[in-house]
Amino acid sequence: MRSTITRILAAATLSACVSSTATGAEFDLADWPQIEQAARGQTVYFNAWGGSESINAYIEWVGTELRRRYGVDVVHVKLDDTAHAVSKVVAEKATGKDQGGAVDLIWINGENFVSMKRQDLLLTPGWATQLPNWTYVDVENQSSILADFTEPTEGLESPWGGAKLVFFYDSARTDKEGLPDSARELLDWAKKNPGRFSYPAPPDFIGSSFLKQVLSELIDEPGKLAKRVDDETFARDVAPLFAYLDELHPVAWRSGRTFPKNYPDMKQKLADSELDIIFAFNPAEASAAIAAGELPDTVRSFTFSGGTLGNTHFVAIPYNANAKEGALLTANFLISAEAQLRKQDPQYWGDPTVLSLTKLPESARDAFMALDLGVATLRPNELGPVISEPHASWMDRIEGEWQRRYVESN
Amino acid sequence: MIAVLTLPLLFGMLGVILPAFGYFPALGGHEVGLAHFSDLAAVPGLARSALLSLFSGLGATSLSVLTVVLFLAAFAGTPVLRRVQHFLSPLLAIPHAAAAFGIAFLFAPSGFLIRLVAPVLGIDRPPDLLIPHDPLGLALVAGLVIKEIPFLFLVALAALPQVNLSATRQLAASLGYGRIAGFLFLLWPGIYRQIRFAVYAVVAYSSSVVDVAVILGPTMPGTLATRLLEWMSDPDLAARFRASAGALLQFGVTIVALLLWHATERVGRVALIAARDRGARCRRDRGLRWFAAGTVLCASAIVFGGIAVLALWSVAGLWQYPEVTPSSYTLKTWIDVLPRTVGPLWTTVTVGLAAALIALLLTVGCLERETQGGKKAGGWAPFLLYLPLIVPQITFVFGLQLLFLASGTTYRLSALVLVHLVFALPYVFLSLSDPWRALDTRYDSIATALGRSRLASLLVVRLPMLTRAILTAAAVGFAVSVGQYLPTVLIGEGRLATITTEAVALASGGNRRLIGIYALLQATLPFVAFLLASLVPALLFRNRRAMRV
Repeated sequence: MRSTITRILAAATLSACVSSTATGAEFDLADWPQIEQAARGQTVYFNAWGGSESINAYIEWVGTELRRRYGVDVVHVKLDDTAHAVSKVVAEKATGKDQGGAVDLIWINGENFVSMKRQDLLLTPGWATQLPNWTYVDVENQSSILADFTEPTEGLESPWGGAKLVFFYDSARTDKEGLPDSARELLDWAKKNPGRFSYPAPPDFIGSSFLKQVLSELIDEPGKLAKRVDDETFARDVAPLFAYLDELHPVAWRSGRTFPKNYPDMKQKLADSELDIIFAFNPAEASAAIAAGELPDTVRSFTFSGGTLGNTHFVAIPYNANAKEGALLTANFLISAEAQLRKQDPQYWGDPTVLSLTKLPESARDAFMALDLGVATLRPNELGPVISEPHASWMDRIEGEWQRRYVESN
Repeated sequence: MIAVLTLPLLFGMLGVILPAFGYFPALGGHEVGLAHFSDLAAVPGLARSALLSLFSGLGATSLSVLTVVLFLAAFAGTPVLRRVQHFLSPLLAIPHAAAAFGIAFLFAPSGFLIRLVAPVLGIDRPPDLLIPHDPLGLALVAGLVIKEIPFLFLVALAALPQVNLSATRQLAASLGYGRIAGFLFLLWPGIYRQIRFAVYAVVAYSSSVVDVAVILGPTMPGTLATRLLEWMSDPDLAARFRASAGALLQFGVTIVALLLWHATERVGRVALIAARDRGARCRRDRGLRWFAAGTVLCASAIVFGGIAVLALWSVAGLWQYPEVTPSSYTLKTWIDVLPRTVGPLWTTVTVGLAAALIALLLTVGCLERETQGGKKAGGWAPFLLYLPLIVPQITFVFGLQLLFLASGTTYRLSALVLVHLVFALPYVFLSLSDPWRALDTRYDSIATALGRSRLASLLVVRLPMLTRAILTAAAVGFAVSVGQYLPTVLIGEGRLATITTEAVALASGGNRRLIGIYALLQATLPFVAFLLASLVPALLFRNRRAMRV
């Protein structure tokens, strides 16, 4: 036992001295066949949120394909929160485990990415832009692929799917005519229908996104959101948001004294008739839920004509990943036309692609055009304009302010 | 055995104390100081969270102890008790999280009970009521109480043979005391002395529970433990310092809860003595007796009802408010999910069996030494045994993770077995020690007198006679291992998935169908273990009349 104590202390001291040694790349991204060869027989531990059965099934399919094509095993480590995987890498760094880490590939974006990038926990130098399938990626139209929450991605993470804020309602219960078309109108709607709208409590990802949507619409100068929070003007900048919430909460579900846990919780409450308008970050969610028998087939979608928040989610490789080649191979497969097509199919997942249809070969493009997106899904041209994610610092500050105001007063 | 119980605790505490005082080099923490505690104190609603933890811990404990006392007082020594025991035992096997989900769906404003009456009363939209997640944590307390009642009941039942029940009952009755008063005055003090550590474990568990609090507890703010978990998974990694400081605060809250409980014990004793000295006979206690029986029945009905409704969810197609039953049924969820449970099931069973067997070996070793030495381990021994159950899991398991990483071990499965052993061992020991000590030592003496060695008499005489108790203890150890969430997630590093870790990960998605399936699987494993523990002896001893039960 004594030797273990010594080892902990030694490891801690060591990592304190040699806090970040460059991990020399042992592979050459230009020589892809060699990477394929090195990956054979590796096991990739893919750390990804495990709360959705359809996503779990999709990842399982990815595993079968990689096994068949390249002899790579993909194990889905199901997380209830991505930050757990981040803490794992942190803990490994703390004990000086700079090689053979437990996490090979991680599903990530926004705050977690920024956090890992700042702490030098990601595989460097940038590799994503050198993946063979990168040529198809829609960097021109989807600005969030190169700047994740305004943080430059620099090839440190590879895009996996798109996301856009979309609202759902049950047309059997709620009149289409009265639906809101902006955050302001949503507030008016809530006042007419008390107790039928709410949002997940921050720091839930979807809940924080709702706050950012409202802030983007109400802030005096939207340009401020692209930059780091200015401490001097912060209180004034977010004043309209909290004035809005102060008005919303008394007419929200349970009078704003508690909030839904997350999106799936809101989905259940739509089916339970507790909520009338809910929202998700994936336009195909409602169609997928109808197909799964979780929502009635009378559910429909809408967005705001002034635009709603949109972003991209990614996969990244930790600096100490054990199966780096296998992880690269997996990341490349995830942005192949085939994998993206299946992902956009609501039968399997229904997540919008990050590829540009114009860059794809014709057969693949036709397959994408032929996809049946489902009865409740808006066509890409009906989704409305995209509002970019604010700089990552805003999310932190808004969440903190929200906690301070509403957790304490309750 | 003491090392197995205390060393992991010691290291775990160390792993939390260092970062709490600012020492965690990987995150740039080199300066030792109290900065993180002042950071913690500045967190909005912290005092309220801590008070909620304290309140739910003490509230849940007092209510469940009170129910169990009243029920035992009313029915100990009657046939009712044996019947109740049969349906309370399986309740123990149902995981807390599963039971809590069941309750949440039964009592929610759009839940099952309201759907039963909705057509009659014309409630076409669910009422906007704050249940569960009420700010006072009453739903949380209720959820804890119905799961702690069976635990305390079975522990108290094990202590009953140590008192002279029927004679004392007759004595009290002949002096004109009511059943409940007689029991309280004469028998309860002796029983409570034996189960008090189990009650402390309940206090500690209820004041630091995570999963039940997330499902039923208040949210604005939540209990201290739920907020700790939030910080521990905060993307802003500096929050881990605050989390470590918070983990120490949780430790403090649990200690305060234990101290307050200790004070409650005193007050209870003084009140009991005062009532006794005044000569209160309380003969008309029929109403109270039925009340106790009603509470216990209600508690079990709620758990079973909740599980039944979740089972219905697992085969439900669309099931909207206010439908009492699903509008369509499908096996799709089961067909999709079952193939994916094979790996986790295998891990769960392997680790559970290994932990149970090692715990059994250690326990038998200890008890056999005690039998040979002829003296019972006294003083601090029972306290040490309960230590892993009394120190809040969330406090020391995070520190433990560091230990395993630092030791560079690649034997992840063995590490997991070891950690499960820490939690399984106390329960195995508690469940086996009473029957072991109760077995007449003259059997051993006869065997020795007939020229058999100690080992032979252990293997040929003692162990076979205790087969049933040994198997039950193993099943208890297995059940405890199956239910472990935090240690499995942290030590298994996510690579070792068990049914419980999968269930909690899926629960974050809130899908009642999946929760239904995993809750059933989670409850089935311990149930099978207990079934085997009762069937195997019956089969082995089918030709031994005296060994049948």
